Amino acid sequence: MNFQRINALTKKELKKTFREPAVLFMIFLFPIVFVLTFGIAFGGLGSTQPVYDIGVINLDSANSSGSAQMFIDALSNITLLHVNVYSDNQTAQNDLEQGKVQAVIIIPATFSQSLSSYYASPNNPKCWMNTTLLLYLDRGSIVATQVISPIVKKVLTSFLNQQAAPSPVNVQIASLIETRQLSAFEFMAPGMFTFASIFLIMMIAQSFTQDRENGMLKRIRTTPITSTEFMTSQIIAYMLIALIQAILVFAAIHLIGFKPQISIPAYLIAFTLVILFSLSNVGFGLITATVSRTSSAATGISFLFVLPQLFLGTFVGTSLSSAAQDACKFVPSYYVTDALTSIFLRKASIGSPAILLDFAITTISSIAVLAVGIILFKKYLKT
Amino acid sequence: MQINAYPEIVMENVIKKFDDINAVDNVSLRIARGEMFGLLGPNGAGKTTIVNILCGLIKPTSGFVTVGGYSLPKNLEDLKRIIGVCLQETTVYPYLNCEENIELFGGLHAMKKDLFEIRKRLLLTKLGLYNVSRKKVEKYSGGMKRRLSLILALIHDPQIIFLDEPTIGMDPQSRRSVWDFIKELKNENKTIFLTTHYMEEAETLCDRVGIVDFGKLIAVDTPKNLILKNGVNNLEEVFIKLAGRRIRDGV
Repeated sequence: MNFQRINALTKKELKKTFREPAVLFMIFLFPIVFVLTFGIAFGGLGSTQPVYDIGVINLDSANSSGSAQMFIDALSNITLLHVNVYSDNQTAQNDLEQGKVQAVIIIPATFSQSLSSYYASPNNPKCWMNTTLLLYLDRGSIVATQVISPIVKKVLTSFLNQQAAPSPVNVQIASLIETRQLSAFEFMAPGMFTFASIFLIMMIAQSFTQDRENGMLKRIRTTPITSTEFMTSQIIAYMLIALIQAILVFAAIHLIGFKPQISIPAYLIAFTLVILFSLSNVGFGLITATVSRTSSAATGISFLFVLPQLFLGTFVGTSLSSAAQDACKFVPSYYVTDALTSIFLRKASIGSPAILLDFAITTISSIAVLAVGIILFKKYLKT
Repeated sequence: MQINAYPEIVMENVIKKFDDINAVDNVSLRIARGEMFGLLGPNGAGKTTIVNILCGLIKPTSGFVTVGGYSLPKNLEDLKRIIGVCLQETTVYPYLNCEENIELFGGLHAMKKDLFEIRKRLLLTKLGLYNVSRKKVEKYSGGMKRRLSLILALIHDPQIIFLDEPTIGMDPQSRRSVWDFIKELKNENKTIFLTTHYMEEAETLCDRVGIVDFGKLIAVDTPKNLILKNGVNNLEEVFIKLAGRRIRDGV
């Protein structure tokens, strides 16, 4: 492998990217403009009917025979909720941090007693034994913070056969008391990194097909550069572009107000994830270039890869139906966004199983897609 | 000019099929070191396919090819170190300036910096682009782009040079200046394989000329002998006599 050749071609690819206004716009400006516009227009919730995973820790002294169990059953009967019962707080909190559940409800030890006092004198609050139901919410999910709390309150009201306040059971949202309410923009921020990087697919496909159309690929093949050196230079160039893109997106969203308080290693992992993800985009770009005869065809065909990644794997995915959320698991961008959400919003430890799993899946899927892209494109070049 | 008897380019019974069409049909040819060989033919006759085979860009369907002593397609990497190719298309990067284009190709040939600087200055001066070398190529005229394309093919000082219609689209002044430059290359004992539609170009520059039609090599000789053998006044008349007057569509 000759690094002088790789360096020459990498520099060329970077200059090409930074000097072509259309490419510059598509890679760096369009994602930011789109994200802001999208954020303003659709920052709220989606209209589909998803299922929310919630955890319940039952500390009620009456336990299985008491009102607490009946309350859990009432929650389970709600089609919007999927209830997981935890025996210890630590496991539940870990799952919440890693996004496995979107809320954790802690039923207090005095829950049954409180309800008994209520049923004994429903019209006399002075006789009630008041208690508090703690609700921990996933700070990385706009849905959790805005939807789950009203659902729980509604179930509780219904469970008490109560028409109106006051109630002996107070629902206290624990995590939102500790931190300020995040804006819709902040909820979408992790997905913005992924979103920006996805457009590399189109740029790479266009770049390769243009070079093929105007004979530059053929000309480069008359020089001693090997296909390994050629591919290495393209990968390095687009990884650098992805890094610059991620830094610019980060600077833009930081300027607008997203300022995650996380450690330097967490930032490093986040940026490494984005760079790893760019490998899969290079792969998809090469696959697109292989099957496209012209650069305009490449633009159209690239949407076959861009749109699923965009709608199933970025901030758009937060408001999808449960079936669509299952489909998300087949696109690499989902794992990057999920890991970035865990790092930036859930403040999960970078060594947590969920982040490690996302990291592993991103790495494996990116390398696999890149390998397929390289094999197809090399075959194409030889014909 | 001195032509060495050692064959620099050898093609023996080379066939290249695209689907059912023989783009190159049993071509055998030997070109000596230091020779300047011109390949003429109507559009789609197979000239560019022959160049592509000799440059290692496409594999022949059958037959034997060596270039510079390297057997193809086995020794492609070695071959590409000693050849310089100026393709038919004007292949330069428009968003780079002239020097950056040259630097890219110097880098692809892994040239040493000092040698690269000498070659770059020499070629820019000889082909009249020195004063505009920092200008973006997208602002160049067609002729200037062709001259830059020639520089990219020659920056690494190759022994064997393939020029596929090098003066196409040039004004007469630029064409003459490129001819002078090609003559200088000939004097440096380079082996040059040229395809052209300009008969005057072939007659002026080439030691020998081959005429290809429907993929077959139908005549090979010096321009003078071809004219004499066919009893005509110039190479264009030889070409019309052998390849006919009918307009062809490319294969």
